Amino acid sequence: MLKLAQHGSSELNSEEIRQAELYKKNLISRPLVMINTSTSGIVAGSMRTWKAVERYAADRSLKIDLAETGSIGLSSEDPVLSVQLPGRTRIFFSRITEEKVSSILDDLFHQVVPDQHVIGQSAQEGQEAWKNVPFLDQIPFFALQERRVLKSCGIIDPFSIEEYIAGGGYAAFLHTIRSYTFSEVCQLVSESGLRGRSGGGFPAGEKWKAAYETPSDQKFLVCNAEESDPGAFMDRTLMEGNPFQLLEGIAIAAYAIGSNRAYIYIRSEYNESIRRIRSAILKLREIGLLGDNILDSGYNLQISLRKGPGAFVCGEETALIASLEGRRGMPSSKPPYPSTSGYQGRPTVVNNVETLSNLPGIIQNGPNWFRETGTADSPGTKIFSISGRVPLTGLVEVPMGTSFDTIVNKIIGGVRKGRKLKALHVGGPSGCMVPLEHMDIPVSYENLKEKGLLMGSGGLLVLDDRTCTVNTVRYFMEYLHKQSCGKCIPCREGTRRMAEILGDITRKPAEEEEQSGLERFRGVMQMETLAEVMRDTSLCGLGQNAPNPVISTLKYFRNEYEEHIFDRHCPSNSCTGLRSWFIDVDLCTGCSICAKRCPSEAIIGTARHPYFIVQEKCIACGICYEVCKFSAVYFK
Amino acid sequence: MGIPLNVNGRNIGAEKGETILSALNRHGMHVPTICSMKGLSPSGACRMCVVEVEGRENLVPSCSFPIEGPMKIRTHSPRVLRARKTNVELLLSNHPDDCLYCERNGSCELQSLAEDLNIRERRIPGKKSPHKIDKSSPAIVRDPAKCILCGRCVRICEEIMHTSTLDFAHRGKELKISTTLEKPLDSSNCTSCGQCLACCPTGALIENVQFPELEAHINAPGKLVAVQYSPAVAVSVAELLGYRSGTDMSGIINAVLRRYGFNKVFETSFGSDILIMEQAGILEERLKADHKFPLITSSCPAWITYAEQYYPGLLAHISPLRSPQQLAGSLIRDWFQKSAGHRGTELLSVLITSCVAAKTEARKAEMHPAGHPVIDLVLTTRELVRMIKLSGLDLERLEPELPDAPFYSTSSAGKLASVAGGEAEATIRTIYAALSGKEMPPARLHRFRINKSFREMHVKAGNTDIRMGTVSGLSNAVEIIEEIRAGRRKLDLLEIMACPDGCVNGGGQPLRADDKTIRARTKAVYDMDNASKVHAAHNCRHIREIYSDLLKEPGGQQSREMFYTGYSKREVLL
Amino acid sequence: MADDSTRIEEILGQFPQIKRNALIPLLQAVQDEFGYITEEAISRIGAHLALPTSKVYGLATFYNQFSFSPRGYYHVVLCNGSSCHMRGAAELLNELSKLLEIRDGETTRDGLFSLEVQSCMGACGQSPVMSVNGEYHSGVSVKELREIISLYRDEAGR
Repeated sequence: MLKLAQHGSSELNSEEIRQAELYKKNLISRPLVMINTSTSGIVAGSMRTWKAVERYAADRSLKIDLAETGSIGLSSEDPVLSVQLPGRTRIFFSRITEEKVSSILDDLFHQVVPDQHVIGQSAQEGQEAWKNVPFLDQIPFFALQERRVLKSCGIIDPFSIEEYIAGGGYAAFLHTIRSYTFSEVCQLVSESGLRGRSGGGFPAGEKWKAAYETPSDQKFLVCNAEESDPGAFMDRTLMEGNPFQLLEGIAIAAYAIGSNRAYIYIRSEYNESIRRIRSAILKLREIGLLGDNILDSGYNLQISLRKGPGAFVCGEETALIASLEGRRGMPSSKPPYPSTSGYQGRPTVVNNVETLSNLPGIIQNGPNWFRETGTADSPGTKIFSISGRVPLTGLVEVPMGTSFDTIVNKIIGGVRKGRKLKALHVGGPSGCMVPLEHMDIPVSYENLKEKGLLMGSGGLLVLDDRTCTVNTVRYFMEYLHKQSCGKCIPCREGTRRMAEILGDITRKPAEEEEQSGLERFRGVMQMETLAEVMRDTSLCGLGQNAPNPVISTLKYFRNEYEEHIFDRHCPSNSCTGLRSWFIDVDLCTGCSICAKRCPSEAIIGTARHPYFIVQEKCIACGICYEVCKFSAVYFK
Repeated sequence: MGIPLNVNGRNIGAEKGETILSALNRHGMHVPTICSMKGLSPSGACRMCVVEVEGRENLVPSCSFPIEGPMKIRTHSPRVLRARKTNVELLLSNHPDDCLYCERNGSCELQSLAEDLNIRERRIPGKKSPHKIDKSSPAIVRDPAKCILCGRCVRICEEIMHTSTLDFAHRGKELKISTTLEKPLDSSNCTSCGQCLACCPTGALIENVQFPELEAHINAPGKLVAVQYSPAVAVSVAELLGYRSGTDMSGIINAVLRRYGFNKVFETSFGSDILIMEQAGILEERLKADHKFPLITSSCPAWITYAEQYYPGLLAHISPLRSPQQLAGSLIRDWFQKSAGHRGTELLSVLITSCVAAKTEARKAEMHPAGHPVIDLVLTTRELVRMIKLSGLDLERLEPELPDAPFYSTSSAGKLASVAGGEAEATIRTIYAALSGKEMPPARLHRFRINKSFREMHVKAGNTDIRMGTVSGLSNAVEIIEEIRAGRRKLDLLEIMACPDGCVNGGGQPLRADDKTIRARTKAVYDMDNASKVHAAHNCRHIREIYSDLLKEPGGQQSREMFYTGYSKREVLL
Repeated sequence: MADDSTRIEEILGQFPQIKRNALIPLLQAVQDEFGYITEEAISRIGAHLALPTSKVYGLATFYNQFSFSPRGYYHVVLCNGSSCHMRGAAELLNELSKLLEIRDGETTRDGLFSLEVQSCMGACGQSPVMSVNGEYHSGVSVKELREIISLYRDEAGR
């Protein structure tokens, strides 16, 4: 295998070539069943599916190969199961919970395509295709993507170093340490124009150059896998789907800056990622691709895993470094930048998982290949995770320059029937609300910046006409306010006050006298000042970007704010605190339980006659609805 | 000369690598700061010192931004002012509104900032975090509601005092400064040194103010109220009363205290003189054999607490003597009990001191032999100033007065104990005479008076070599102790003062004194010594009288009963 | 308890390097072993790393992973990521608080359940997501939640 990685397939003899094909699963002698056992699969029940497949085979004394794999990106379709019969293409199925296993496998082993749950088949050379089954790369979900980094996720076995190498893995790394000097690698990556994919968009090559040029006895490469952004799961998918690709990227980056020591900082909640990365590191050590004097190249590299104990702010590089050092994860001022003085005072480069996963491809195929796709200022592809008010939750990889409209409507398929797309919240808690009129911007760092928007780590949250933008923003602000490290005043107090103001807007307070419409309006005006000060003076990106959701919604959805403030009404009817509750006189029996339980004594009536809710006193808590045995309470 | 900066239109020079703030301050330009602490690395947390730098998108914290090249800076542009104002308003929105009832009313940095930034309305309403006041410690009261989370207390306790009682805990809106497991202060490893409250910008950390308790006792029938105080107090009250810092106001203070209603005014330095006599005797004994460890002084209550927590193995090497104030207190109580004219009266023994830890010390069981506290009430210098202001006395019209016999000392040796190194110097004067038969010329030890936190000097007394050392600031003390433990340093006498620069910089002193002020206070004490005619404790007539009348000899039965104390390991989370 | 002390010593023995960057892995080992950080552990870790206990406590309270009171027999984790939030995590939290009579971070008096709200487990395709002792439940509705909790109650025999 190593020979393949080092020298390419031209140097292999026929036996070795056959072996490689076996690993790549192009040549199999037994039926192969692969199940997505990454986190999204496990949550959907894929371990039970696994056991069901085992039982199925045991009961029939069938010899099959059962392997784990990652996610192909159709996250809401888990457990995704794929079957490859010898000589035939691999066929993928959705939502195969344990009770569906028998019928699917029964059909397939009789060479019959099941009539339900089919996603598609992969195009494989030399394998017989299934009739009437679409090819994956033809269904809209995959057709409009350009899966370069995600190429093997959901296809390969993430525990098999052999499969990874057979598919061309580690050739890039070995070529790097054999043929390039440190600075040449930095140069290559600079030429490719790769920009940090965690949100900052800072050119990766520049960061490396700064670290490479700082003299030090030791340098560190840190992979930032602290993916706490709600709604973002691209890093997790990459780690669980193709850990070797990431590790190869880390090795290349470490080499480029002249480092022998790399750390991967994975949040401890990502158990499955930790498990897979750990296993991958062990395998690499076993076969000598990690450790001292790797394959006689003279280059030493150690990669260690560190479990992040859980703090969103540790996604910020100086906070992450503080956490590695055993301190509270509080960011520190930059300059000095970690590239010159980071972990233990030494040059440290912190790169995102997606950024690093791009590297093997760039080295293998060259910077021009990378620049072939994407835009001039943002070359390459970007992975987006789409969730929210869409039936299909998924992970997609598209060339930079693709529009949000394409991603959400054409690839994902848009919102549920009967609903209308209202907005897209891009970039998680530090992101922006993108209105319909900007959905066709070609997505790139510069294009978005021009419009005052940003893409963040690529998490897209879809809002439809029944979702409240103000409530969504309030959710993000409360999240940030809990995650703020608290070190600097503007972020700690600013996020807190903004969360309070937004809370007041989306809820009726207990005493109406407390806050008049004008006061609430003033609160909103204040948010604008607070936002500017937070942006100007916060110590780190968390605080600086915390006002983004508020600013963007004030700009594009001001009418919703005004309706909340002045009309005390939520246009999409989703702010439960603003709902207007009524009692249906036909259904009410006058039992008076609701009146007794009402915390603001807003329900009046006489026994055995229909009761009535006084709107001015109602705080919309919904208790009456919960206690009513006759379903007489409803809201509008 | 260095790197050119253009600040508000004015050109100044800066050095490469220094922070913007340091360059500004050097040229007399100031920006407000909260979290910045002199001598410690910048934190960059409060964002008050932000300035506008041309070419940079966001405002820049001047305390932590290193200068690499020429810059154009505006320190008070509208954008900067708005940012500062909003930040202070944000702090105020989570701060109790009871300035008028707060101990720091008038001396609060948040108040000053609000005033300087012209904050005139409560623009940011909102809920305030709930907090509980910690009144468990006899010395320090902590009110987290008033805490603005600047972190000064954390840093001083960690970096200067090596104790780290307080640290930041939790995150975001739950962020607070807390002891381990949020235990009350008296169950923590706090030594009560009070350096935290001396640097706290607001009323979040204050001393346990006790002077209102005097009211019931002063001028009450059947009560005799005796007070003692030290030069550290006398040279510092000036600062808060409108006099030049470093003015020795002992004469006026005596007059004030009598007018206030104290029946007897004594000097703590009398206790220091006795302590010197006793300590010289103990040292003389020790010098007869070889010891790995020096005799370590025991005058500093915060150091004693620290030793009981961190160095239980060294307790045997600490002088068994009580602190000067407790020593004086024992003498005062003994005198009171024996004097005929005081039958039927009760004694209230009050201490006015620069030390906050003395409040905790007075409550220790070891200081209550016979079940009765030796000192009943401990007040700080700041509290004295309050009392003076409350009394309405016109200090200009008062004549200096002398303290009361029998507890005032003509020797200046005891007075030196107020500064770091002073007690060691004074002890050496007496032991030198004992071992060599000659008087030591005081100027010989002036070399010891350098402005360094650790000083060492070797003296030959007769045929005996004495290596004396002094260290102030607990972090420095720990360093020296570790050197001694590792065998890299040998001393015969080591004076340890927890507060940097000694008692003149105690936790109870006028707040936020800068270096210049502390130098002035120290110089005032040295001046007292230089001007005195009696330089050694053993040459003071009153001291000799006490020994011939009561104590007989240093280290005798009477001394042991009245002045000796014990130490034991203190079990707390360290 | 003597037994606990031995276990702590064993954990400390796995970290012979006395450097501050061992603090988080040490605390994680203690959290995994005991389910929470005990006072004794804080004291022993502080002594082992020559760190003041206030720093150990300060660090442990900063991060989500560490708790200071024992977990329940069933540790319920509810995801409050953006996708789960949109699909009713708030209502589920409400319901859980009512059913168990505890809030986020608390344990029931009988020690049977403890509740933790986590933000985004990364399984947005299955929202709303809940896990009990590592066993996942996806797409949970309020009605299903009641059934799930009573199932666990039955299992524990209470």
